[in-house]
Amino acid sequence: MSKKNYISTSSEWTFDLISRYDAEIGKLAEEYGLDTYPNQIEVITAEQMMDAYSSVGMPLGYHHWSFGKQFMNTEQRYRRGQMGLAYEIVINSNPCISYLMEENTMTMQALVIAHAAYGHNSFFKNNYLFKSWTNADAIIDYLLFARNFISECENRHGEEAVELTLDSCHALMNYGVDRYHRPSKLSAFEERERQIEREEYMQSQINDLWRTIPTKEEKRETKKQNFPSEPQENLLYFIEKNAPLLEPWQREIVRIVRKIAQYFYPQRQTQVMNEGWATFWHYTILNTLYDRGLVNDGFIMEFLQSHTSVVFQPPFDSPYYSGINPYALGFSMMSDIRRICENPTEEDRHWLPDIAGSDWIQTLDFAMRHFKDESFIQQYLSPKMIRDMKLFSVLDDDKKLKLEVTAIHNEEGYKAIRKTLADQYNLSKREPNIQVYNVDRHGDRSLTLRYYQQNRKPLHKSMHEVLKHVSRLWGFTVRLETIDEKDQLEATHECAVER
Amino acid sequence: MGQLIDRRLNGKNKSAVNRQRFIRRFKQQIKKAVTESISERSIIDIDSSEHINIPARDISEPVFHHGQGGSDETVHPGNSDFVSGDKIKRPPGGGADAGGQASNEGEGTDDFTFELSREEFLEFFFEDLALPDLTKTQLARIVEHKPVRAGFSNDGIPTNINVIRSLKGALGRRLALGGPLRKRLREAELEFEALQRDHAGSHSDAIIALEEEIELLKKRIKNIPFIDTFDLRYNNHIKQPMPSTRAVMFCLMDVSGSMDQARKDIAKRFFILLYLFLTKTYAQIDLVFIRHHTVAKEVDEDEFFHSRETGGTVVSSALELMYNIIKERYPSNEWNIYAAQASDGDNWHDDSPICRSILGENIMPLVQYFAYVEIMTDRHQRLWHEYETIKDTYDNFAMQDIATAGDIYPVFRKLFKKQLA
Repeated sequence: MSKKNYISTSSEWTFDLISRYDAEIGKLAEEYGLDTYPNQIEVITAEQMMDAYSSVGMPLGYHHWSFGKQFMNTEQRYRRGQMGLAYEIVINSNPCISYLMEENTMTMQALVIAHAAYGHNSFFKNNYLFKSWTNADAIIDYLLFARNFISECENRHGEEAVELTLDSCHALMNYGVDRYHRPSKLSAFEERERQIEREEYMQSQINDLWRTIPTKEEKRETKKQNFPSEPQENLLYFIEKNAPLLEPWQREIVRIVRKIAQYFYPQRQTQVMNEGWATFWHYTILNTLYDRGLVNDGFIMEFLQSHTSVVFQPPFDSPYYSGINPYALGFSMMSDIRRICENPTEEDRHWLPDIAGSDWIQTLDFAMRHFKDESFIQQYLSPKMIRDMKLFSVLDDDKKLKLEVTAIHNEEGYKAIRKTLADQYNLSKREPNIQVYNVDRHGDRSLTLRYYQQNRKPLHKSMHEVLKHVSRLWGFTVRLETIDEKDQLEATHECAVER
Repeated sequence: MGQLIDRRLNGKNKSAVNRQRFIRRFKQQIKKAVTESISERSIIDIDSSEHINIPARDISEPVFHHGQGGSDETVHPGNSDFVSGDKIKRPPGGGADAGGQASNEGEGTDDFTFELSREEFLEFFFEDLALPDLTKTQLARIVEHKPVRAGFSNDGIPTNINVIRSLKGALGRRLALGGPLRKRLREAELEFEALQRDHAGSHSDAIIALEEEIELLKKRIKNIPFIDTFDLRYNNHIKQPMPSTRAVMFCLMDVSGSMDQARKDIAKRFFILLYLFLTKTYAQIDLVFIRHHTVAKEVDEDEFFHSRETGGTVVSSALELMYNIIKERYPSNEWNIYAAQASDGDNWHDDSPICRSILGENIMPLVQYFAYVEIMTDRHQRLWHEYETIKDTYDNFAMQDIATAGDIYPVFRKLFKKQLA
C-alpha cells in the first residue's frame, strides 16, 4: 500500500468532499477507459427522492394520477419503514444527471458517484441499445415538451379527456416499440418529423382560426384484403397513424407515450448488464482508491458492507427469494469475465476461447457495448458462474402433476441452463407477443389483434381491461385472437366500444 | 469532473399535483371508504387524518401479460440437492417464482392504503352535504378576562417583584450616585500621596484636611444603599378580555323504538357537523350525551349511538337532565353551551308543554344555541308546535326537518344562518 493520503476520514459529507471524490473517481474512470457523458450531480432530500421515484425516474414528467398512486405508495411504505429508498437515481441524459440523497454518508455518496455517474453513465453512452433507441441529448427537452403539450391539452380539452387517453396509452406502453427491428435513422429523420409536428403545434397555438377547423381524419378506402399487409407489433404506432377517430392532439399524446416507452425500452432489456456494469465499476474503482491509500479502512468496510448486501442473492428456498437479483448476476458475470481474462482455467479456454487470456478492460468494454441481457448471458455465462450460483432449471408444465428439474449445474446442464436463463431475459418471451393483424376497412372498421401463443401460456385476465383501452383509442370494436403454436385460432375475445 | 448542484432547496412537493389527480380519479372509492370510516369513528376524532383503504384491483393499471398456465422453464439459484430429472411437488401458489411476479402484476387482493390529510378527509365527508365554509362563521362567545403581562411598573405587590429589573436599576443608580464621589476620591488620594512624598513625616494642615476628606468620601460611597425602594420594579399585568375557548355540546337524542338505525345515522351526522363547527371556534369542547325514552340518562358516545331501547317517549326528562348537568358542571358564565336535539318528533302528548316551559324558562337563557332537528317525520306532532313558540321568542333557537342525509348540511346552514354575523 502506498502512502496514506485520505480524502476524508469522517462519514459526514460536504460539497467540497463530494467534488474531491468526484475528481478522484473521475480520474480512475478515465484510467480504466470509461467513456462518459459529462456529469451533473444533484443533492436531493428524501422527499425529493420519493418524487423522483414516482415519476419513474423522469426528471420532469407530465401529470397523471398513476404517478400520484406510485408516490403515495412509496411514501406510505417509506414512512412505515417497509422500504428504504434507493441510494441513487440516474437519468440517461446528456449531461448525465445523478441524484445523491442528503441522508447518505460520505462513503455512500462516493459509492453512488462511482456507480451512477461513471458506471451507468458510460453504459448509457456506449451500449448499442441505448445508442440506437435513445437520444440522451434530447430527452430533457422532449420531456419538457411533452409536459407542456399535455398540460396545454388539459387546458383545452379538459383534464378528464386527456387522462382517459393517457390511461389507454399507458395500458399499451409495452407495445409501443418495434422489437424486432431497430428504429431506422432515429436521429435525423425522426427529429425532422418531430420538428414539423412541433411547428404545427405551435401554429395551432397562435392561429385562432386553425382551432375551429374540424379535424376529423379522412377515411381513405383501399382495396387491400388485409390491412396492415404484415402484422404489426407496434400497437401504439399503428393506432397513432391509423385510428380513425382520434383527434390530432390525441395522436400526439399517443406519440408521446410511445416515445417515452421507447426511451425506457433499452433499460428493460439491459437490467442485468447495466446494473452489473455499474456495480462492477463502483467495486473496482473504490477498491482502487483504497489500494492507493485515498480512503481509510472505515470507508472501505462501510462500502463493502453495503456492496455485499446489494449483490446478495438469496437461494430459491429462502423466504427472501424473489427471483434472480440482477445486481448479483450482473456483478458476478462482469467479475467473472475479468477473471477469465486474467486467470483463465482450462475449462474457460474451452468454453470461452475468444476472451480467455485477453485484455480484461477491452473485453468488458466490448461486452458492454454490443450486448443486451439475453445475448450477454448466452455469450458469457461460464460454467464456473453456473456452479458458483448453483443454478438449476425447473420446468413447470400445467399438464404435468409435478415440476421437473430439467438441468442443474453439471457438465450436461451448463448449456441448457445458459440457454434457459438467457431466454428468461428475452423480452419477447417475457411479454405476450401481440400484434395488429387486421382492420376491417370495408365493414365495421373493427381492429383485430393476434396473440401468438408460446408454450401454451394464456393471457392474464386483465386483457379484458386492456382491450377496453384499445377500443377506446381505436374507436371501434376490437378483437383479440389467440393463435396457438400450431397456427390454429384458439380463442377470440371481443370488446365493443363504449359509446 | 462534472457539475455539482444542491437541489435540496427546490420544492419537494413535485408529486402534489399527481396526488390530487389520484384522489380526484378515485373519488368514488375514496368516498365509500370515508363513509365507512365515519360510522366506525367517534365524533371527536372524526377530523383527524385518515388511513384509507381502497381495493387494489380498482386502481390497477392493466397491461397485457401472461397468466398462469402453459409450460414455463425457469432458472433458479441455490440448488443444494436436486439432480436433473427430479420431480418436485408443485408448491402452493404456483411456484417459488410466482411469488415475486404476483405483486408486480398488482394481482394481490391487498388493499391500497394511503393517508388522507384532515382537509381532504373533511372534504369527502362534507361532500354529499354540499361544501361548507365554516371558518367564516362567527359564533357568539362568552368573554372572560385573563391577566397578561404588560411590561413593568413602579409599584405592585412583593410577589410580582422582578428581580433582574430591580437589580439592574439598583446597579445603575449606585453607579450614578457614586460616580462623582469616586472620582473625587481618586483625585484626593493622588493629591494625598503627592503631598506625603513631598513633605514626608510632616503633618501639615493640607494633609490632615485631605485625610478627612478621603474619610468622608469613603463613608459617603459606603452609604449609597445597595438597593432602594426606588429601584424596585414589578411585573405588570393587565386584564385582557379573552373569549372563552371552552364549550360544551349537549347531544340529546330520542332512543325510543321508533328511532331506527337510519335515523340515528342521520342524527350522528348532524351531531358530527355541529361538533366540527364548534371545533373551528373553541379549543376545548366537552361532549355530553343524553339519550332518553321515558327516562333520560347520560351515557358515553358508544352507548349513545349503538344501544337501542323501546318504549314511550318523554322528552322533558332529557331537558330536565340537561338543565341539571348545566347547573352542576357547566356554569354558563364559563362555558359556551350548545345543544342539539334529534328526535323523530314522537312525544307523549301531555309532555310537550312541559318541554316548552323547561326549555323556554330554564335552558334557553343559559345556552348559546339550541338546535332541534326532526328526522324523517311524516307529520309534525305537538312537540314541534310547542317548540315553534320558543323559536318565536328566542333568536338562538332553531328547528328543522331532515328527510335524507343530503338534507343535513343545508339544514345545518339554515339553522346557523342567524348566527352568521
